[in-house]
Amino acid sequence: MRPSARTTRIAATTLLVCLVTSGFALHHLDRIQTHVATDEVLFISSPKTVKRLSLGYDGFLADVYWTRAVQYFGTKHHQGAREYKLLAPLLEITTALDPHLTVAYEFGANFLAPPPPYGSGMPLRAIQLTEFGIRNNPDEWKLYYNLGFIYYMELQEYAKAADAFARGAKVPGSHPALKVMAAEMAQHAGESQMAQIMWTTALQSARDPYIRANAITHLRALQVDADITILEKLISVYQQKTSHLPSSFTDLQSAGLLQVLPLDPFGHAYSLVAGRVEVREPDDFPFITKGTPPGYVAPAVRFRPEDLGAS
Amino acid sequence: MPAISIIELEKTYSVGFWRKRPKIALRPLTLNVAEGEIFGFLGPNGAGKTTTLKLLMGLIFPTGGSARILDMDISDLRVKTQIGFLPEQPYFYDYLTPSELLEYYAQLSGVPTPDRRRKVSQVLSRTGLQDAAGTQLRKFSKGMLQRVGIAQAILHDPKVLFLDEPMSGLDPIGRREVRDLMEELKQQGKTVFFSTHILSDAESLCDRVAIIHQGELRGVGAVEDLTSSVEGKAEIVWQGSSIPDSLNSLATECHVVGDTVRAVVREANQDAAIDALRREGLRIISVTPVRTSLEEYFVRKVQVSQTATGVIS
Amino acid sequence: MSARVGYIAANTFREAVRDRVLYNLIAFALLMSAAAILVGQISIGIERLVVVNLGLTAISLFGVVIAIFIGISLVSKEIEKRTLYTVLSRPVQRWEFILGKFLGLAGTLVVNTFFMAIGIFGALLYVAHGFHTADGWIVVALYFIILQFLMITAVALLFSSFSTPLLSAVFAFSLFIIGSFAADLRGFAGMAQGFAHWLVTGAAYLLPNLSSLNVITSVAHQQPISAQLILSNTIYALVYAGMAICGSVLIFERRNLK
Repeated sequence: MRPSARTTRIAATTLLVCLVTSGFALHHLDRIQTHVATDEVLFISSPKTVKRLSLGYDGFLADVYWTRAVQYFGTKHHQGAREYKLLAPLLEITTALDPHLTVAYEFGANFLAPPPPYGSGMPLRAIQLTEFGIRNNPDEWKLYYNLGFIYYMELQEYAKAADAFARGAKVPGSHPALKVMAAEMAQHAGESQMAQIMWTTALQSARDPYIRANAITHLRALQVDADITILEKLISVYQQKTSHLPSSFTDLQSAGLLQVLPLDPFGHAYSLVAGRVEVREPDDFPFITKGTPPGYVAPAVRFRPEDLGAS
Repeated sequence: MPAISIIELEKTYSVGFWRKRPKIALRPLTLNVAEGEIFGFLGPNGAGKTTTLKLLMGLIFPTGGSARILDMDISDLRVKTQIGFLPEQPYFYDYLTPSELLEYYAQLSGVPTPDRRRKVSQVLSRTGLQDAAGTQLRKFSKGMLQRVGIAQAILHDPKVLFLDEPMSGLDPIGRREVRDLMEELKQQGKTVFFSTHILSDAESLCDRVAIIHQGELRGVGAVEDLTSSVEGKAEIVWQGSSIPDSLNSLATECHVVGDTVRAVVREANQDAAIDALRREGLRIISVTPVRTSLEEYFVRKVQVSQTATGVIS
Repeated sequence: MSARVGYIAANTFREAVRDRVLYNLIAFALLMSAAAILVGQISIGIERLVVVNLGLTAISLFGVVIAIFIGISLVSKEIEKRTLYTVLSRPVQRWEFILGKFLGLAGTLVVNTFFMAIGIFGALLYVAHGFHTADGWIVVALYFIILQFLMITAVALLFSSFSTPLLSAVFAFSLFIIGSFAADLRGFAGMAQGFAHWLVTGAAYLLPNLSSLNVITSVAHQQPISAQLILSNTIYALVYAGMAICGSVLIFERRNLK
């Protein structure tokens, strides 16, 4: 007896109809359910519990949680979020599972510590995390560097920063910049040169794309700040000489103060407006402290794709 | 020296989880089987035949008594090199082919490596499996599996064979083949101990039989002795169709067949029946003794115990 | 000891292969390939770490599942299917049967792990474009994973000697899970008082201690493993497996087969 053709037709058709309908139904379900749930919920947020549940496969789970942390940050960053609530527990679970996952501590220093909208605004928690990392990896110079970084950048506690850099400089194979920064801290704390060294060190030693992009963006901002500082000096000299503000850069050029028209790191000319130097596109330069028009509100940071892809 | 010597062998199970109730599978059994015999172990289903065989094979442990095979205790490992076992409805590793299975069994039986291949192919031909030697056992029919079972039992040339219901599930040709095999084994001087509930097989093959019922031995002996112990009968055939009245009480059966009547009377009543017929002037055609079948003997033994215990199994 | 143990082991191996156990290698190969390809996009900078973590974790979990699923029916299946009748009617000691079954499954797992090791090194080569000397420690991690298999196989075999497959599976998996907490349990025992202390200590020592056999994270970070640890783990695993096998033998030796 062969399979009935009629039954086959009916069953196959019904199957296809059900398949298509289920697709639509799911789509509809997605629309009516509010989007709060998925992103912001960590079912188990205690590092100890997760470690218990890992059945000894800590390393693998750590990698899973690390991947999740990066994706969480990346997604929110891309959406232009102004806060990253889950970043701290995700990084804490990751490091509880694998205390030797250095990149997690680096990520914490870069994105846990800074204030919103750049990061989670939890410098103290970032310090705790990094100290935990140092206890478990006393020979990893990068962690001392991260610690000093947080103290310097977010808390402006220069003495503690110097101390951290000094400890890190003692680790064999550490980046030479740590010694320099420890030594220079007493006299040059707060100066842009220190920041320059720090971000350059970060860029050289990091492989994570977000950390690198962060460093590149900061360095670019420092460049702009440096440029504008010089230009402001020149304007001040001009003013002293001529008792009025220059109306454009050509004025400065004719006064012999400037040779070449200044360009920002993207090759656009700076503008001179009522004696103030401004960048043409402030949105291009997150983190700059000079060159923004009055009343300018910086949007959330978004790293440029070429910065993220740079290796 | 008897080939098989069973002494007061018994098996009682404790059944139940909380309060253990004893279940008697085999009452103390004492039995001897001589070398070169074909011995039939008869009984209805559930009588204890398989239990006895499992005890002899060491698959279950007795709660009393002992047994010896070829004058070695059954717990002696050397016994196993001399015996072959065909279980009831044998199951084999169904992912193996007969060649692989027999090769494996030959290894376990300690057949020396150079002889293995030869013995395996010998036994495959003997049981008619040579064409299916490379097919996985999961594709085999019941009859073919039975052949495999026999093959593995005789593979290592054992002196004593234990066969549990060897004819079960076989078609008439298969059964004939098994019987021929058993005769052949006897010719080779081997001892065959087999259990069955098909009495006609036992009758034609066995030198001696034992009857077991509800775990208890009911009778042992040569077939002729057992059947002759039951009261004999005779069949009387006479001309005509009339049956004298006295024969109704003397005969156990009476049939009119064509223009003759056949009646079966007990041996004791034979003379009285003949006299009755001659008085009536009927012409007697023949008087033939009827051989009592083993079945009769069997049924009697089993019935006796049933009425005695008041239980109908 | 005779060649019979070897024959039984070989047949057990053959059974596993014909049961298509080795097809799990296909799943593993797919997993490692996907990981090797995707890791470059998802986990930049820690590719090697992720490949080693993922690979060794997968080997461990796949193997544990196989050890338990086949182990729990090693004996019970033969009793259920009555294939044992024609085996035990031959000059085979019951303990030889148990030992042969164990070695057969252990051998299957070793062969399986060997092929998976090739997979993991292949993925590593793809991702890291070369090997470091520190990658040699991966072999030690694999050795420990095999020791873990021996312990779990022996435990599954023990349950198989007296219990049904379903119960055996539950017990064996539970022991595997609790075994990873064993170190915690011993710590907990230290804090308990009186009778509870002895009870928990006893349990903690009887349970299979699996945590010290898991060096996956260390090896992923290219940290060396001390010779002392290797020796201690070897002794512990062999002794523990031996214990379970002896238990099996004791039970099976007395068992009336149905």
